Amino acid sequence: MALQDVCGLHNPPLFPQWTAPLSRSFMPEDSTHLSGGGIHGEAFSTRLPGRGGLSPLEFYMPIAEYLTESPINFGQTSLSSAPTKLLEIDHLYPSLPSISLPPPTPCPISPSVPLPFTLSHGTTTLGFAFQGGVIAAADTRSSCSGLVACPASPKVLPIHSHLVGTTSGTSADCALWKRILSRELRLYQLRHHRRLSTGGAAKLLSHMLHPFKGTELCVAATLCGWDGDDEKHEQPFTEKHANTPTNQMTASDSSGQSAAIVRSCSRICGPRVIYVCSDGLRLQGELFSVGSGSPYAYSILDSSVYWGMSVQEATAVAREAVYRATYRDAYSGNNVDLYHVTAKGWRRRERENLKEEYYREKERERKRVAERNAEKKAVLKSDD
Amino acid sequence: MMISAQAYGGNGKVKEYHYTGPVEHKFSPYAFNGGTVLAVAGEDFALVASDTRLSEGYSIHSRDSPKCYKLTDTTVIGCSGFHGDCLTLTKIIEARLKMYKHSNNKSMTSGAIAAMLSTILYGRRFFPYYVYNIIGGLDEEGRGAVYSFDPVGSYQRDTYKAGGSASAMLQPLLDNQIGFKNMENVEQLPLSQEKAVQLVKDVFISAAERDVYTGDALKICIITKEGVREEIVPLRKD
Repeated sequence: MALQDVCGLHNPPLFPQWTAPLSRSFMPEDSTHLSGGGIHGEAFSTRLPGRGGLSPLEFYMPIAEYLTESPINFGQTSLSSAPTKLLEIDHLYPSLPSISLPPPTPCPISPSVPLPFTLSHGTTTLGFAFQGGVIAAADTRSSCSGLVACPASPKVLPIHSHLVGTTSGTSADCALWKRILSRELRLYQLRHHRRLSTGGAAKLLSHMLHPFKGTELCVAATLCGWDGDDEKHEQPFTEKHANTPTNQMTASDSSGQSAAIVRSCSRICGPRVIYVCSDGLRLQGELFSVGSGSPYAYSILDSSVYWGMSVQEATAVAREAVYRATYRDAYSGNNVDLYHVTAKGWRRRERENLKEEYYREKERERKRVAERNAEKKAVLKSDD
Repeated sequence: MMISAQAYGGNGKVKEYHYTGPVEHKFSPYAFNGGTVLAVAGEDFALVASDTRLSEGYSIHSRDSPKCYKLTDTTVIGCSGFHGDCLTLTKIIEARLKMYKHSNNKSMTSGAIAAMLSTILYGRRFFPYYVYNIIGGLDEEGRGAVYSFDPVGSYQRDTYKAGGSASAMLQPLLDNQIGFKNMENVEQLPLSQEKAVQLVKDVFISAAERDVYTGDALKICIITKEGVREEIVPLRKD
């Protein structure tokens, strides 16, 4: 029957794999080679351990698999090699043991083993798109249930020349999955001679995280990037502060008109902000803020962000939003990192310590209060 | 933290010392063996220091169990937390270093070891090594480097870091003395090797005063381009 063929129900169930966790021999060599497109298609299902050949209709996901399987090996072309660039696939050394994989456990540990330590959480990150590109900003505090584990952790990580990702959730998960995503995007670029779009990268990340849904993996990333083929078609944007004039700049008078033109073109190329979450959520939008301090950041961003703003305005708004969030949220603080992505790539703004900003604001407030008092006195005097 | 796990009875309230009633005991594969590790990076040197006490609950298993392990001539790692995982992790790292040496004909640099350790730790994301690692060494240019890790592999390069049971007490002190944080109008002089060693000794003496899991002796590994030198200093034994 056709349905059975599609579902692959004729295949013998791969139960032997589930009871012999470390026998990698079932992975046929040729199925692990990626062939052209279909990042999501068959390449995904063949690479996924324990699913090789299984159809998506086989919903049973043995949790034990993930506990004995190293997430690093996901997507590796040769599973017998260790998951680092140092020990690349070696056909000459097939006996290299993957030392990073744990020895097979007779009774796999259930996910409910309570860990005696907490992992880093708590943050404020944001990303939004406007006519001059994309701004990605984040604080730098990494906390572990009350203790500041690191006051200077980078939460905005560049993935490739035209894509940065903000990270929120467990910092180890975010750092490692960003590395895996960078590796996959680089492979894609080498194979297809073009960069994968932001939407494609988001889809890829979302599908890579999907097998770990339900586990304690916690990644909430905002991918901010600029899509565009510089050779094929120029971006007919009107940029208020264009550094280099593009060939086909439409000089329009009203910003409303240019916004309409820009919006219609931005579906193909231009700035893009996409939110990806380890729960499986993937959303495209123009403005996102993630983390414990995000409500405070949203209030600043929703009132001040508009498409036609200039680069300086956008930078100032992003900085202010993170500052306000760190002011009110206990788990955000220390410094603010700001990245600006344009057609030419990302540019990083100097990391700024918000403690200085706090004192500057206090000073400004003090001056304002002094002025107000002086005015009041002047008014009272003139009344006499 | 087996003691703290048993401190809460079935109804969630902190139980009294003479609690009588049903308490669920569950086997935990982890144990906390105490110990503190510290690393400082200077201009042309790095220090990795640890105490040598191995404890569990209210008992001391050993007074001579240092937590610094020399990996290469330019790198030392300090591991604190669960001693079983520390031993296995160091065995795995040493094996990987040998494999690298044999296939690439050179020793791994400190940065490379740090990146490799991150992937080793993340490989056990769902049953982590209960180890707080700090790597101290010299980078390719001969400057001191410190890499600090969390148990699942998140890492970054620092100038100084304390890890282990007394880390919450030591880190603020290091922030102030080495990072000059929150100090106004101070001259920020670079740290010399003698001053750094003296500072580390003072800091551990303070930690031994207030943390029950830290004490007995202090072992400092000083890494310079000449190699790794060790110093042992006694601490409080009570």
